[in-house]
Amino acid sequence: MKYVLMLVRSDEEWEALSDEERDYGAIMRWFGELAQRGVLAGGEELQAARTATTVRWEGERAILTDGPFMEAKETIGGFAVLDVPDLDAALDVARTWPARSHKVEIRPIVQH
Amino acid sequence: MVRDEAGRLTAALVRLLGDFALAEDLVQDAVVIALRRWPETGVPDDPAGWLLATARRRGIDHWRRRRRYEEKLALLVRDGPSPDRADEVDDRLRLVFTCCHPALGREAQLALTLRAVVGLTTPEIAHAFLATETAVAQRIVRAKRKIVEAGIPYRVPDPDQLDERLDEVLAVIYLMFNEGYLATAGPTPDRRDLADDAEWLARLLVRLLPDRPEAAGLLALLRLHRARRAARFDARGRLVLLSDQDRSCWDHEAIAAAGAQLLAAMARGRPGPYQLQAAIAACHAEAPSWEATDWRQVLLLYDALLALTPTAVVRLNRAIALSHGVGPAEALAEVEPLEPALRSYHLFHATRGELLRRLGRPGEAHDADRTALALTRNPAERALLQDRLAEPL
Repeated sequence: MKYVLMLVRSDEEWEALSDEERDYGAIMRWFGELAQRGVLAGGEELQAARTATTVRWEGERAILTDGPFMEAKETIGGFAVLDVPDLDAALDVARTWPARSHKVEIRPIVQH
Repeated sequence: MVRDEAGRLTAALVRLLGDFALAEDLVQDAVVIALRRWPETGVPDDPAGWLLATARRRGIDHWRRRRRYEEKLALLVRDGPSPDRADEVDDRLRLVFTCCHPALGREAQLALTLRAVVGLTTPEIAHAFLATETAVAQRIVRAKRKIVEAGIPYRVPDPDQLDERLDEVLAVIYLMFNEGYLATAGPTPDRRDLADDAEWLARLLVRLLPDRPEAAGLLALLRLHRARRAARFDARGRLVLLSDQDRSCWDHEAIAAAGAQLLAAMARGRPGPYQLQAAIAACHAEAPSWEATDWRQVLLLYDALLALTPTAVVRLNRAIALSHGVGPAEALAEVEPLEPALRSYHLFHATRGELLRRLGRPGEAHDADRTALALTRNPAERALLQDRLAEPL
């Protein structure tokens, strides 16, 4: 089954950290190990939510808004896509996510 | 395909059992098992036959469980070779761990366990929780859907996670027991006794996982509580406090048996919260009178429990023991700082009230009891508090 780990953070707190404090080394190692095990099916870090542009429709007309669809203190700051046998395996991976100031939301991907 | 067969199967089972709701639930359960298992094992040659066999086996389980509780106990404790086949044991464990998976909320775990493992029908569960059938049915459907859609595995956890996952199961059983033992609200006489079901389930778990002392600890704890049940209410149905209970009404044979079981569990040298709580319960159960309680031992056990589970509720209970072993003033000094954490917990205020009364501060005691009364809906506890409040200052 495929799962997305949504890496939830406070942009404000995350941006206040230096690169060392964010420990990108550990994060890269984490992605590297998953890739080596063959369970990683993608993943990226996102720019802060303030960089978002949201599109919605009024009738057929697309309306653009500057900002995320929902203002929130914590937003999705990145994601990893896993291909693992079941939820327990996805949880095992999620537990090892190195940035402990984050929350990790695990969502199964709909199989079409 | 699975869903195609479901209707036909339900019909076949309704014929067999004469109970539509039950048959429907049994088939649903069988379908959930199939959806979890077939991707791993492959679809069996005769899927419909497999589903029917599974649902029937669960139906038979259900009727077995509905027989008198004592009979169930007799079945479980009888000597000789275990009546379960290895794969049946495996299946039951898998089911328990799946229902109590930590990705499900506690209430969902409890409802699903009662439904799928204990075999209660949805109306029975609703009745036990004083909830509507619709609410309970929804809770169960949502939990079953999450198991399927989120890919919660149908299997016994790996050895390195077994203890952690077992804690989850034990918490569900203890909650089930407490729901039955001291119903949160509502009249009690016509409710199904979930304490029976909890003890049955704990016993099953101890048999399936004999090398886990915390499972045995929980079972001993439940048995020790239940051994005192005949003395817990007076003739008018009012709650009697431990200090005032007629100890000749306790089931001393059951107390001795539970005590022996606890000792055997503790001899494994892996203490845990349930073994310690059972040991505290045993101190009370084995004391010839309230005054003769070994408070020093009780306090030592609370210290050990606090080291493992440093919660405000454990601190509160330790303070009660302290009030008897040392004195009410020392206990009150321990209780007061718990206020921010336990402000909405009625027993915090009731305990404070009791300590203040013993310290000769009846006015403040009265206020604390009144706060406690406003925070509980349990009729037995309310009656007790109202009695206290009716006493002249």
